[in-house]
Amino acid sequence: MTTFINLSTEQTEDVTGIVSAMQDKPGALLPILHAIQDQLGYIPDAAVATIAGGLQLSRAEVHGVISFYHFFRSKPVGNHVVQICRAESCQAMGSRRLEAHAKSQLNIDYHQTTADGEITLEPVYCLGNCACSPSLRINQAVHSHVDEQQFDQLIAELLTQTLEVQ
Amino acid sequence: MANNRALSKVFVPSDTTAISLGSDDIAARMATTISQQDLALQLVRNGSRGLYWLEPMLELETEAGRVAFGPVTAETFADLVAAEFWVLGEQATAHPSYLGLTEEIDFLKKQQRLTFERVGVIDPLSINDYQQQGGFEGLQKSLALSAQGIVDEVKGSGLRGRGGAAFPAGIKWQTVLDTQAEQKYIVCNADEGDSGTYADRMLMESDPFCLIEGMTIAGLAVAATCGYIYLREEYRLSQQRLEAAIAIAEQTGFLGEDVAGSGRRFSITVRLGAGAYICGEETALLESLEGKRGMVRPKPPLPAIEGLFKQPTVINNVITLASVPIILAKGGAFYQDFGMGRSRGSLPLQLAGNLKQTGLVELAFGVSLDIVLQQFGGGTRTGRPMKAVQVGGPLGAYLAEGQWQTLLDYEAFASAGAVLGHGGIVVFDDSVDMLEQARFSMEFCAIESCGKCTPCRIGSTRGVEVIDKIKAGKDRQKNLELLTDLCDTLEHGSLCAMGGMTPFPVMSAVNYFPDDFNRSDET
Repeated sequence: MTTFINLSTEQTEDVTGIVSAMQDKPGALLPILHAIQDQLGYIPDAAVATIAGGLQLSRAEVHGVISFYHFFRSKPVGNHVVQICRAESCQAMGSRRLEAHAKSQLNIDYHQTTADGEITLEPVYCLGNCACSPSLRINQAVHSHVDEQQFDQLIAELLTQTLEVQ
Repeated sequence: MANNRALSKVFVPSDTTAISLGSDDIAARMATTISQQDLALQLVRNGSRGLYWLEPMLELETEAGRVAFGPVTAETFADLVAAEFWVLGEQATAHPSYLGLTEEIDFLKKQQRLTFERVGVIDPLSINDYQQQGGFEGLQKSLALSAQGIVDEVKGSGLRGRGGAAFPAGIKWQTVLDTQAEQKYIVCNADEGDSGTYADRMLMESDPFCLIEGMTIAGLAVAATCGYIYLREEYRLSQQRLEAAIAIAEQTGFLGEDVAGSGRRFSITVRLGAGAYICGEETALLESLEGKRGMVRPKPPLPAIEGLFKQPTVINNVITLASVPIILAKGGAFYQDFGMGRSRGSLPLQLAGNLKQTGLVELAFGVSLDIVLQQFGGGTRTGRPMKAVQVGGPLGAYLAEGQWQTLLDYEAFASAGAVLGHGGIVVFDDSVDMLEQARFSMEFCAIESCGKCTPCRIGSTRGVEVIDKIKAGKDRQKNLELLTDLCDTLEHGSLCAMGGMTPFPVMSAVNYFPDDFNRSDET
């Protein structure tokens, strides 16, 4: 039996607010999941029952949808999500090297977060930026012609940004 | 600011790729320069022309037409400002980034831009620009036709689905028109997941009204009042542009309760996918739109009869729908005049991977792949010899040099055991290991399979294992036979193209690049 970490009061309000605002749309589940993930950064397991109740689905159905789609996540991620494109056009321009470099520099594998909680590394299958491969996306910004050196620079910039914010 | 002076326009592109190359920064610098020097210039953020090795490409409006500079880095921009490029004096035209008249750039001049005629030319969110450049002419003509009249134009154009399956669009539309129902739907497949393709993204970011017009015409043609654009999550800028363009179209009466004063209804909603390649398959897409897992539906029933929410549904790719306005504006016969054999009109090709000159090339069907690679691609970016070209996305065959003469035509590609798909062309130089590419194709299928049918779900995992054995030199001949047999099962036993076509890249790698599967040093 899985034990769910309870949602905070604020999170509960967010989830119930989103569900009740969107539950009457046709095919509402994906828009609801997007809205929750946009708001909370992930879709907590404890939110599943509320979503299921609002849409008159079973919790298993909702869980099945969340786990089917690569984009939806059930766990929190780092402050920044770095996605490396693994598709063929990027492979033709050295993305396999870039992937290996990123994993070793950050000391994590795909779907993992650095120990300081800063960066989550994810693969992505095509950013539609194939004219300037290899590509990666940091949060929502796409970067072109990314080699190992530029990767290090981008990561360094991210970490400085975080320091400034703090 | 210059108030009463005639303003000359300066264009700085704003699509994802141009932005990734720094065009937002150039635009900000341009705006500062204009205000600091009180220049008689108006900054316009256009889409991209798709000459991506030249992005960010800055254009200046002149009496002779637009002239271009590119690629414009911050450093280049400083040079151009010092040269007062807006007066187009000797110092500016002598700058290495000066490209002359945009329309005369070889890469663009040799194209036949029909669907992409406005892409990169206009401000994507200016409905005035859109109308001045021929926008909504197709819609106006459609409003004067009967539903059957519209369907007949599309049939007469010979337009086939540009998503990859190449099914005649007019026949799909006819089926939906002929099926009676209270509610019908127009669904735009904007889940452009194939590597090496970005034509949908360009069109949506650079000319979103064109897609809106195409969908509206489709709605009039089959009596559907509700449209959905199923957009991949990775395309956030497309989402912003589409939503902004839809809002403008609603405010100006081109969408809503009374389309262009006709009394007809049509609305469009954008829905985001969530990173599942399989949702590019039309029935999986419909499941996803309904809020379910993206599982492939067996056909029949066809979506044209029982589609979204079990209602008759036209489901077409972005480029298919965006080709409809020009077909209605200029007539099916005009469009049908381009092309060869049963492939009519034009195909927006996308040059990607290891090429010097990457970008969008829209051409009438019938040119050879070789000509596109040589005349447009300009050789590899790394300067090494080309080894393999994958056409048609991750489910398309890898072609070796002997096959590059194949004509860009659906049937010619099919008879070469390949697919044109969505027109993506990915070039690899001689450093590529084709065994690794074949392994990746199987791995990709294993990751992206919806899991509904066994050949695809299990076969792809077994495929990775068999290729690993071949790589390790373990019973190489036997395992190659096993791989061939496995591919045969995938091809003939899968429910959809995911499993059915994964054998294309795998077996083409095995057959055309046998050396990579037979390294003597590994036995």
